[in-house]
Amino acid sequence: MRDVAVIGVGMNRWGELWERSLRDIWTEAALEAVDDAGVDHVDAMYVGCMSSGLFVGQEHLGALLADQLGMGPIPGTRVESACASGGLALRQAWIDVASGLHDVVLATGVEKMTDVDGGAATDALATAADQEYESYHGVTFPGLYAMMARTHMHQHRTTRRQLSAVAVKNHRHGSKNPLAQFPQTVTAEQVEESVLVADPLRILDCSPITDGAAAVVLVPLEQARARTKKSLVRIAASAHATDAIALHEREDLAWLASTERAARQAYAQAGIGPDDVSFCEVHDCFTIAEIMVIEALGLAPRGCGGSGAESGATALGGKVPVNPSGGLKSKGHPVGATGIAQVREAVLQLRGEAGERQVERARWGLTQNMGGTGASTVVHVFERV
Amino acid sequence: MIGSARYWRETPQRYRYEATRCTGCGRTFFPPRNVCSRCRGRTFEKTTLPREGVLETFTVIRVAPKGFTDQVPYGVGIVSLPGGVKVTAQVVDCDPETLAIGDRLRLEFRRVRQDGESGILCYGYKFVPVRH
Repeated sequence: MRDVAVIGVGMNRWGELWERSLRDIWTEAALEAVDDAGVDHVDAMYVGCMSSGLFVGQEHLGALLADQLGMGPIPGTRVESACASGGLALRQAWIDVASGLHDVVLATGVEKMTDVDGGAATDALATAADQEYESYHGVTFPGLYAMMARTHMHQHRTTRRQLSAVAVKNHRHGSKNPLAQFPQTVTAEQVEESVLVADPLRILDCSPITDGAAAVVLVPLEQARARTKKSLVRIAASAHATDAIALHEREDLAWLASTERAARQAYAQAGIGPDDVSFCEVHDCFTIAEIMVIEALGLAPRGCGGSGAESGATALGGKVPVNPSGGLKSKGHPVGATGIAQVREAVLQLRGEAGERQVERARWGLTQNMGGTGASTVVHVFERV
Repeated sequence: MIGSARYWRETPQRYRYEATRCTGCGRTFFPPRNVCSRCRGRTFEKTTLPREGVLETFTVIRVAPKGFTDQVPYGVGIVSLPGGVKVTAQVVDCDPETLAIGDRLRLEFRRVRQDGESGILCYGYKFVPVRH
């Protein structure tokens, strides 16, 4: 296997992009990554997308988007793993380059979610759960995470205020990200007075519905220096693990076993431990998710993730900044694009190009992208070289 | 969207709470599986879920998916049944805000959805409180 570098990143401003189509937003992000990398061709392309069929009635994205890219009849592959589709697209692209099959590979993600109304979007997202034994009974995604939150609060005495602290922190980080969908800051009181969606989760505990795309360019590390003058970022680890899709089939409803497993593999590949991580981008689709993820990543003891945001340990300037980009919460969550946008943030941070939200002396960055209630997790580790 | 064949296929579980037990290790599965996730066994015998269990966690759905909007707010919980099976379903016949982890609940046969897109009346199990 060859060492792989990320030499180009791209992302458009995320939001409710009524005037723009899926192919428009994808192409903008893809071309920005190609230009940032300074490459004149792409050998293969991967696109992470959860549900273009339900959101815009369009499947066959591999061919559609490869054609839109205008770089010839290259292999174009769509990758789906619910909200972890983007992270998994990166992993497939990494395998492609590391194996020696291709030298210049574009890893992308996209979701166009606002062409359907909120109810249809909720239904589309619910397909990431067990259709016959969860969704059939009227449970939604916020409902599933709400049940995880209630278990976590019961078992570990996690508080309402600790959930709020995650939203407050991530919106504060997102206020420094010019591409974030909701860059405004929020207070704990605003979170706690916002409308209930599924008790105990309120609307400001939830990531939004977003149109957006992101893209990165991978090449073998040994070729990277000749292609770019920018600081080099190496993919130090790529790991993927799964779990039962139905929440009720898990032993501990307040523990993300797939994240723990993927993280353990990723740390071993990279030859580091949780204490070495300079910052991470994690899948805070709901406030409780970030709390559970930092535990599974080993950044907080099991059951103690609630104190991360509340104490400031996971804020910019804290021990390990979590979601310096604003996370899914503030930056937005176009589900298939999320995993790739996390990588873009990691690369900007490691290059020292993250502006107001720059993490000091960043060397190791970790991304964690999760599908469903944690039935899929993809973890990557990046190193500035 | 639930077509008639798809709905009919699940009726043994939804109407009669049919589960399977691995003949190798004794683990019970609901819904049935083709391979035991504990011992990889491939032979199973039929069994029926116990009807009473303990509420492990719950929520109150206030923003509902299609087909459920007329029911909000409604309770949904995960109930742990004797023998190790856990089941997700609505919790009814009570104010869902008064529920607590540890409550004893019982499976009952109810109408789940008034009308699906395909015109099927959807039935199945829900949980109700066990009153002493």
